[in-house]
Amino acid sequence: MDLDLSEDQEFFRDTTRKFLESEIPVERVRKLADDPGGFERSWWRRGAEMGWTSMLVPEEYGGGSLAGEGLLDLVIVAEEMGRLVSPGPLLATNVVASAVAERGTPEQQQALLPAIVSGDVIATWALCEPGGRWQSDEIGVEALAKDDGFVIRGSKEPVEAGGQVDQFLVTARTDEGLTQLLVPADADGLTVTAMESLDLVRRYAALRFEDVFVPASAVLGEAGNAAADVERQLQVALALQLAETVGAVDRIFEVTLEWMFDRFSFGRPLASYQALKHRFADMKMWHEANQAAATGAACAVQNRSENAPAVVSSAKSYVGDHATFILQECVQMHGGLGVTWEYDLHLYLRRATVNEVQYGTPREHRERIARLIGMDEETQ
Amino acid sequence: MTDTNPNIEDVEAFRLRARAWLPDNMPPRQEGVGHFRDFDRGRELQKRLYDGGFAGVCFPVEYGGLGLTLEHQQALDEETIDYAMPLVLNVPTFTIIGGTLLEFGTEAQKQRYLPPIIRGEEVWVQFLSEPTCGSDLASLAMRATLDGDAFVLNGSKIWSSGAHAADYAICVARSNWDVPKHDGITVLIVKIRQPGITVEQIIDTNGGDEFCQEFFDDVRIPVENVIGPVDGGWTVVRGLLAHERNAMGNASPLSSGRWLTPTETGRSDLMELAMTSGQSANPEIRQLVAEDYALRYVQDETTRRVGTGMASGHLPPTAGALLRLMGARAGVRRSDIALTIAGSSAAAWHTGDPAGQMGSRYVGRQAVEMGGGTTEMQRNLISERLLEMPREVAADRGVPFNEVRHNAMPARGNKG
Ligand SMILES: Cc1cc2nc3c(=O)[nH]c(=O)nc-3n(C[C@H](O)[C@H](O)[C@H](O)COP(=O)(O)OP(=O)(O)OC[C@H]3O[C@@H](n4cnc5c(N)ncnc54)[C@H](O)[C@@H]3O)c2cc1C
Repeated sequence: MDLDLSEDQEFFRDTTRKFLESEIPVERVRKLADDPGGFERSWWRRGAEMGWTSMLVPEEYGGGSLAGEGLLDLVIVAEEMGRLVSPGPLLATNVVASAVAERGTPEQQQALLPAIVSGDVIATWALCEPGGRWQSDEIGVEALAKDDGFVIRGSKEPVEAGGQVDQFLVTARTDEGLTQLLVPADADGLTVTAMESLDLVRRYAALRFEDVFVPASAVLGEAGNAAADVERQLQVALALQLAETVGAVDRIFEVTLEWMFDRFSFGRPLASYQALKHRFADMKMWHEANQAAATGAACAVQNRSENAPAVVSSAKSYVGDHATFILQECVQMHGGLGVTWEYDLHLYLRRATVNEVQYGTPREHRERIARLIGMDEETQ
Repeated sequence: MTDTNPNIEDVEAFRLRARAWLPDNMPPRQEGVGHFRDFDRGRELQKRLYDGGFAGVCFPVEYGGLGLTLEHQQALDEETIDYAMPLVLNVPTFTIIGGTLLEFGTEAQKQRYLPPIIRGEEVWVQFLSEPTCGSDLASLAMRATLDGDAFVLNGSKIWSSGAHAADYAICVARSNWDVPKHDGITVLIVKIRQPGITVEQIIDTNGGDEFCQEFFDDVRIPVENVIGPVDGGWTVVRGLLAHERNAMGNASPLSSGRWLTPTETGRSDLMELAMTSGQSANPEIRQLVAEDYALRYVQDETTRRVGTGMASGHLPPTAGALLRLMGARAGVRRSDIALTIAGSSAAAWHTGDPAGQMGSRYVGRQAVEMGGGTTEMQRNLISERLLEMPREVAADRGVPFNEVRHNAMPARGNKG
């Protein structure tokens, strides 16, 4: 959690937390594990009323944030959702909403944004491709100019909520360069296949584009020149992902700390053993660092800082490594209980693990940092 | 500080005045130039600031300061970011010593000692650790015996950074051996260069000589040099440690100028080394250079978070231990990364090859886990104070010090 929240933000956090705790406690999340969609549309619409889909959308389309820094408000929701391993396409839909709000034509905005804000339309970003490819220079899906539009060919996977959404934002490649296209889920030639996934309620799908035709009006931003937009979307996605991970760890750290006081061995609480206290001190430090990194990244993205690319990758690689490390330590502190299906800890570990490797692994982000900070430049 | 100047200058006016003054009066920043404890350079830079009217921004006017606010100091820090500043005097002189004197010093002590500190004329160090105690500081054995109007000090202090080049020290001594360890401690102001005090420099593993050991032989310290109550000095020590943690979180209003944050320094020495040694395409090395970059970024953000958290009261003052632990762990990791990048050049190198420093850096690696309290002690603090886990069993709680088993037992022939 950002230690510097405004009063409005604190209030928003409280109401979001109360809503999630009463509407979708972890027992409900477990039940949704058997639901093919992983979440209910009616519930999502009510979340939308709480502001989950409006923060990155301008007021003229029904959006609005607390104080003009929508991403910083939205990370509060992401964090609270992390604390309860909530379902729902928060990241997916908001990345598309933000892209359309920033780059869409008035027609595109009018067609999509009010419906996204109301929760009636759910969207996702189809970026990643088979083989764990997600970086700009790895995009293989082609968009070929034809008649007054484009023909899309290739595969996208994993696509978050791919089987649940109404609308895709597809990052493809034309001869000129990266091009982004808005493709409805029911487009001809598009096959959506559900994938297995580690998270109990977050669904992924594989998309197969077999000569899917979209009109030129489906292009978001400039055809062949979308690299900066893709980078921006990636940053927004990572800021939300980081916040969610931090929220998940926050909850488990709390629970595990309580456990240390309640569980006794050799006549004393576990919390009294220095060997374990010191592991908690390290965890506390990493968790504070994770929170600082996530907050720093969100601010850099919100403010469009010049170094935002390296900052989000720094945060992503650091949090990616340390969040799951802390959670595995927490599993160990629980003894046998920690490795049971019955105990909730694995739900959190699943979520954090998924987040660690989605939109790039820590290792891939370090490679990105090396490039961004100039390791490929000539030495003087 | 509470005592602010009644005719307080507007922050922006102050900033503009500094901006106009700096180019002709302060040299440009040169990171990494000069010895880490180049006090003489610090004195000179501080004198220049003083002459220009930019020294002691948050110190009260009656003690030679400007009586301005933290916002003024921050404005000055921003304006001076490209200039050489007396950063070596920030810790301990301005922040820890200045803060402790302001909080616990008598009026006469503040009148006497604060103005020369602000003018850069007198540099201070800390005499805390002893050969027989460090982590358990309250078990110190420097003997302070009251004799008329003075305390007579006997014993030894050690690891005091920079004492050979400094003027004064805050010294912690035992004035009462018949009470539990925390209840018999007195804090004194000690002039370092005086009869009876022998300062010896200690060579560290890298051949550096910033550490000193001091031997006290019947050194008379007038009672007016006592800070806080006689036998009640532990309160002062705790206050001193709080000022230290504040300084670490960049949250002390008393510091002047700041180090570049890890991200501001841009290209790191490790990246430089990787590139000049022809390893910029090696995927493993790229991982390490990027890890170092990310670590510096995260450390920077953590300092900001914890520092502002402590200042706003969201986090208790002991949260500073998080920063010390993080700094130490990051420092250790960086030494390891440096060694890997240097490779065999860490073992044998041509004169002048920067890779050659990485071996000795690695050999001295653990110093960052010790200075200012070991990482184990930080972990105790974090778990016991922040997480409120049970305290460790202490065999000396409530027991008069002379009945406690400690490293300076008189029975074993120690003088103390
Ligand atoms: C770079 C540097 C600068 C320094 N500057 C100064 C200075 O300016 N002034 C000054 O007075 N001192 C200074 N010191 C001294 C420093 O504060 C001490 O070295 C430190 O507090 C440890 O004390 P010690 O060396 O006596 O080790 P000990 O206290 O003997 O500790 C030995 C080991 O036991 C561990 N240990 C001890 N007690 C516990 C416990 N309760 N639980 C778990 N582990 C424990 C310690 O962590 C350590 O690993 C400096 C040291 C360094 C390295």
